[in-house]
Amino acid sequence: MIFHPAIIALLLSSFLITFLILYSSYFGLRIVRKWDIKSGSELQLNLERRTYLISTILAYVLGFQLFSLFLYIYTADNLHSLFVGAMCAAGTLNVNAYGYPTLILKVVNFLLAGLWLILNYTDNRAYDYPLIKKKYVFLLVIALFVTAEMIIQTNYLLRLKADVITSCCGSLFSTDTRGITSEIVALPSIPMKIAFYLGMAFTFVSGICFLKNSKLTGYVFSLASAVTFIISIISLISFISLYFYDLPTHHCPFCILQREYGYIGYLLYITILGGSVLGMGVGVVMPFRDIKSLSEILPSIQRRFAIISLVLYFLFTAVVTYRIVFSDFKLEGY
Amino acid sequence: MSYIDKHRNLIDFTLSSLLRRKGKNIALILVYTLVVFILSSVMFFTHAIKKEASIILKDAPEMVVQRVVAGRHDLIPIRYIEKIKGIRGIGLPNARLWGYYFDPIAGANYTLIVPDDFQYGQGDIAIGKGISRSRLAYEGDIMPFMAYDGALINLRIRNVLSPESELVSSDLILISENDFRRIFGISKEYATDLTVKVRNQREINTIVRKITEIYPDTRVITKNEILRTYDAVFNWRGGIVIVIMSGAVMAFIVFAWDKASGLSAEEKKEIGILKAIGWETSDVILMKFWEGAVVSVTSFIAGIILAYFHVFFASSSLFEPVLKGWSVLYPEFKLTPFIDPYQVSTLFFLTVVPYTVATIIPSWRAATIDPDSVMR
Repeated sequence: MIFHPAIIALLLSSFLITFLILYSSYFGLRIVRKWDIKSGSELQLNLERRTYLISTILAYVLGFQLFSLFLYIYTADNLHSLFVGAMCAAGTLNVNAYGYPTLILKVVNFLLAGLWLILNYTDNRAYDYPLIKKKYVFLLVIALFVTAEMIIQTNYLLRLKADVITSCCGSLFSTDTRGITSEIVALPSIPMKIAFYLGMAFTFVSGICFLKNSKLTGYVFSLASAVTFIISIISLISFISLYFYDLPTHHCPFCILQREYGYIGYLLYITILGGSVLGMGVGVVMPFRDIKSLSEILPSIQRRFAIISLVLYFLFTAVVTYRIVFSDFKLEGY
Repeated sequence: MSYIDKHRNLIDFTLSSLLRRKGKNIALILVYTLVVFILSSVMFFTHAIKKEASIILKDAPEMVVQRVVAGRHDLIPIRYIEKIKGIRGIGLPNARLWGYYFDPIAGANYTLIVPDDFQYGQGDIAIGKGISRSRLAYEGDIMPFMAYDGALINLRIRNVLSPESELVSSDLILISENDFRRIFGISKEYATDLTVKVRNQREINTIVRKITEIYPDTRVITKNEILRTYDAVFNWRGGIVIVIMSGAVMAFIVFAWDKASGLSAEEKKEIGILKAIGWETSDVILMKFWEGAVVSVTSFIAGIILAYFHVFFASSSLFEPVLKGWSVLYPEFKLTPFIDPYQVSTLFFLTVVPYTVATIIPSWRAATIDPDSVMR
């Protein structure tokens, strides 16, 4: 293990988040089993109070999760000088097999916590907690993922070992043993550009159709925004980041978070993550439109989510397109 | 807009209620600030010193060739240069002479170096600021050295090195080649090690391999390796200090937990009244959130600013011996001020996150108080 302050911070925060989630899922389990809105018993009263605690905790967890995602990437980038062959975060994450799984789990957990909060928000609008049991079953699933993230991240961080000078033979050791593959496999740029713009266009069309009040397109929009999220991430690796680096070979989705590129990556990631959480949220609450206590308010909530999601996706596309059009760099020019 | 107004009013209320209980909250903020201060001092210091090391090493040669005998660093024959010179892609290798000299009067080790272009002649030296301070030796004075065979050699100080370079030159003595060989008894055929400049970074590893093939008794240390090792060592030191400090952080967390859960009768009454006049549980939780945010932001910023002054203007006087090393002659130097968002967010995770986690449950408990039970 490398005793780096950021590594200690990451470990500490993931332990705390896991503790909070397990603590709340203990009560979640009790709510799933014992919840009875009609009862006036002390237990029921107690559980109703607990729901406040759990939604507060989840709100914090979502915030911490987003922060820790960026801290994780930043730490990986910061540590690259300790490993032979690593040029940036992409290389550091490859040092052992747990690096990328941790990253993916961090993104997934952020999305899950966001969806949970959307569910919770919807549920609290209604007077009779119609989604309470589903919500807490979902919480149990999140607990599993968060625990997995904690275990895998701990494994990754504890297994990091810096390549320092050894007393016997200096360089020979570090040069011959291994080089880390620091580049990421990228898909060809032209097909990805087509896929990216098609995906975005489809999301916008379905989103606007949904806003114009046609029922079924809610699922379509939600699915489209999920698929577009994945396409966008692949596009980031395949061509978007290249335009920001002005380099046809550096397929790294992390360096755009650095100062050299004006921290533009934060804008891109926050818009795409926020847009996809809200977009998927529309579909997640879709089945509950028929519940009596929700039928009045849910459509307006969904509309609001859809609008914000479309705005965020639009921002993402606008920034990317601006860069592609106005940069001197021509990706297909070589 | 009503959303923003709601929060504005809540913050307004929170601030006035915090001010009403000055004593308790100031104590909390003081302890909190202290914790942030200590942790951020450690981080700023280690970061700045790593930065300093990388700046110093920027112009260093790409590799150093040392001879190893029986597992120990030994003098290298100067004739080794002949064969190394033949490798393609390198500049002229250079033989360096340097060593340590223990001075019983100061009780310290000096670093003696023979520079390539020594400005003064035989019998003259230039010394670092640290030596000048501890020996009260200045330009024009004579400094005696005990040679390897017990003979006393007097050298004249021609110059005291400028304080800007003190981080590296504090314990440094620049000396002529002949005096150096005379003091340590090293014959003309040997040098301490060889330096090799390499023009193309990508060829470094190949050249290292070639050198070790020609002379299997040498070890080659590259600049990148030195940088990496410095990084690792200072990370490690900073990390260890933070781990040691974690006891203090723990104590602070327990303190925060205790403060948050031990509500006074008056505070309970206040929450009871708020709820009786129509506040919801979630509003009280929101108020508690703002309370935590105000306390955290205040202490966090105060702690960071204090640490900034401590590290960059007061030379980290509180714990510099632990972090700098074990040398006897401490250099006095000012670090280049440097903070980035990364350090701040790491600090956030080490302090604000634990504090928040410790106060979530107590503030929820406070928010779910029944109005009738506390107002009775």
